[in-house]
Amino acid sequence: MAEADNHARTRHTLGWRAWLGQAVLYGLFALVIGVFSHWPPYRHLPPDTAVIKLSVLHTGKPKSACHQLSAEELAALPPNMRAPVSCPRERSPVVVELDIDGAAAARIAAPPSGLSGDGASAIYTRLAVAAGERAIAVRLRDDANNADFAYHIEQRVTLAPAQVLVIDFDAEHGEITLQ
Amino acid sequence: MTRTIAPSGNAAWRWLEQGFDRAFGASGNPLRLLGALLFLCFAVLLVSGAWLYAGYDTSVRGAHASVARLTESRWSMGALMHSLHRYATDAFVILTVLHLVRELLYGHWRHFRRFSWLSGCALLPFIGAAAIGGFWLVWDELGLFSAVASAEWLDALPLLGEPLSRNFLRAAALSDRLFSLFVFVHIGVSLLLVLVAWLHLQRVSRAVVMPTRALAFGTTLSLLALSVLAPVAQPAPANLARIPAALSFDWWVLWPHALMYASSASMTWGIVLAMGAGLCALPFLPGAPRAAAAVVDPQHCNGCRRCFEDCPYGAVSMIAHPTAGHGRELALVDAALCAGCGICAGACPSATPFRSVLQLVNGIDMPGLTVDSLRQQLREGLRASSAPRPLVLFACLHGADSTRVAANDVLVLPLICSGQLPPAFVEYALRDGAAAVLVASCHDYGCEYRLGARWTGARLNAQREPQLRAGVARSRVQWLAAERGEEARLVAALDALRERGARDGQRAMNGHGADHG
Repeated sequence: MAEADNHARTRHTLGWRAWLGQAVLYGLFALVIGVFSHWPPYRHLPPDTAVIKLSVLHTGKPKSACHQLSAEELAALPPNMRAPVSCPRERSPVVVELDIDGAAAARIAAPPSGLSGDGASAIYTRLAVAAGERAIAVRLRDDANNADFAYHIEQRVTLAPAQVLVIDFDAEHGEITLQ
Repeated sequence: MTRTIAPSGNAAWRWLEQGFDRAFGASGNPLRLLGALLFLCFAVLLVSGAWLYAGYDTSVRGAHASVARLTESRWSMGALMHSLHRYATDAFVILTVLHLVRELLYGHWRHFRRFSWLSGCALLPFIGAAAIGGFWLVWDELGLFSAVASAEWLDALPLLGEPLSRNFLRAAALSDRLFSLFVFVHIGVSLLLVLVAWLHLQRVSRAVVMPTRALAFGTTLSLLALSVLAPVAQPAPANLARIPAALSFDWWVLWPHALMYASSASMTWGIVLAMGAGLCALPFLPGAPRAAAAVVDPQHCNGCRRCFEDCPYGAVSMIAHPTAGHGRELALVDAALCAGCGICAGACPSATPFRSVLQLVNGIDMPGLTVDSLRQQLREGLRASSAPRPLVLFACLHGADSTRVAANDVLVLPLICSGQLPPAFVEYALRDGAAAVLVASCHDYGCEYRLGARWTGARLNAQREPQLRAGVARSRVQWLAAERGEEARLVAALDALRERGARDGQRAMNGHGADHG
């Protein structure tokens, strides 16, 4: 039979052109991998730019205060749930404002996490800013019943190109930090 | 949409494959063996990864230093393995995309291929996660960038109360436990990938998991050569206080990060999920109706197991024969798995046209094109032919277009797959007046039904049952692998058979004359 076995045929009929073709195609395969494995370089930031990461993980104050239940309110509850004082679990959202050189750069209101809204509020955002000396002002509010920002900081920082400045909230010491 | 994309894309890919055939031969063509090449790359990744992991320190302080130690000398084994691991990952991603595109263009997602298609789609996120996770382990500038970008991307999903990105705010917040997570993402997900790959192959029998020796050698050698000539440089250690302005970037793997920062995390999720949903939806879109499944006739099935052995999709199983004697088996076709290719009908020993029965009933047969109707077409075609001794062409419907070789002296009998042809039909055609028989199939690794071309060749070469009998003159039989676009080869083969027939006829006449002289 003229074309009895495809495998055998392939082995026997590959001439020098085929071998050259293989060498070229293997080379091309390696070249395509090698080139795009390194090039072109990825420029994540424009030159002379720094990054500010505003990241806060903080549990807001309870949205409403504990209160004594009236006799009517207690009577309306099932017998096993008649606690005299009710403390709602829901927390206030955390609001953070960031000004750079006097201009508003970010205003984020993060709701509390959790199905009952009693978890921490999380904020994470990044801003690219021109390197150099900058006036940073950060305000944080964690009480829905108080319109004032309970925590604030104003600081002049010198940002080097490609530097990352992290703005966080230290709940233990009750202060906004710039690092 | 799928109906319009497939034919033009199919032709373009076939053109590319046939171009590669010229260099590699059809049986060693990398474009026909993409799945097998993926297994080869995985093996390379496994070996190089094990080498690197042996010297790797899974700690914040030690990770980068340990990789630096391994790769400090350009000519060290560690440097070679590091580069090989990286380039094999890139090759894996490229080959995965090519494999997906090939199957997409050939329309291999519907009906009996649905499970393989969907399990293949399920592999994609595992491949992406394992590949990207590997960069984190090095814990250099690129690794940190990738880890932060991945965390920011995941944070866009409303799944976690605390953003993952907060893990990368300060060096003090980093713990060695984070590296345990990195190791899980890279190695654990890779192991899960093996499990899903195993599932991916469940619906195909005799899956080709290793390429030919020549192809394996060539591919590995090109990756090794690349590793030696362009070793992967290790950037500076991760520094959380700065973002490098420019990164030597692996675009094959890390492109989602660039896409995210060029658009947004939500948009990147949207694009990736839309692509995934689109791929997963393909098998459920209306399209060509399913081919009829093979049917077993218990009266004529002798339980020989040939159809069970030859089925490319494991659609045939053997059960105890309900009516025949003890120990006899009966083939059972699972219609959900059956491709309707007819390879089982070609394997059946009862499919011999020499049986002197009015209606030829096969043990297992195709409702759309039974062996009886094939015998009838052959008989009537030979009888009706205007040529005294026509050529018979048994042609696979998915191979070279047999309508382009129409001639008065050629009787064309289309088959669902060349594997549907019982070899006895070749002898039957020759005895019934055919000058020669040409069996046209697809290439070995280009068969629409995977194994049809291979089994056809093996049967005609008496290497697999049912065999073409030894007494049949091989000079009057030709098996040709010719796909769509290779019709010229079909024409050339028919011309060669005509010439050979004429030569043999002349020789016979001369011999006859000499005898009488």
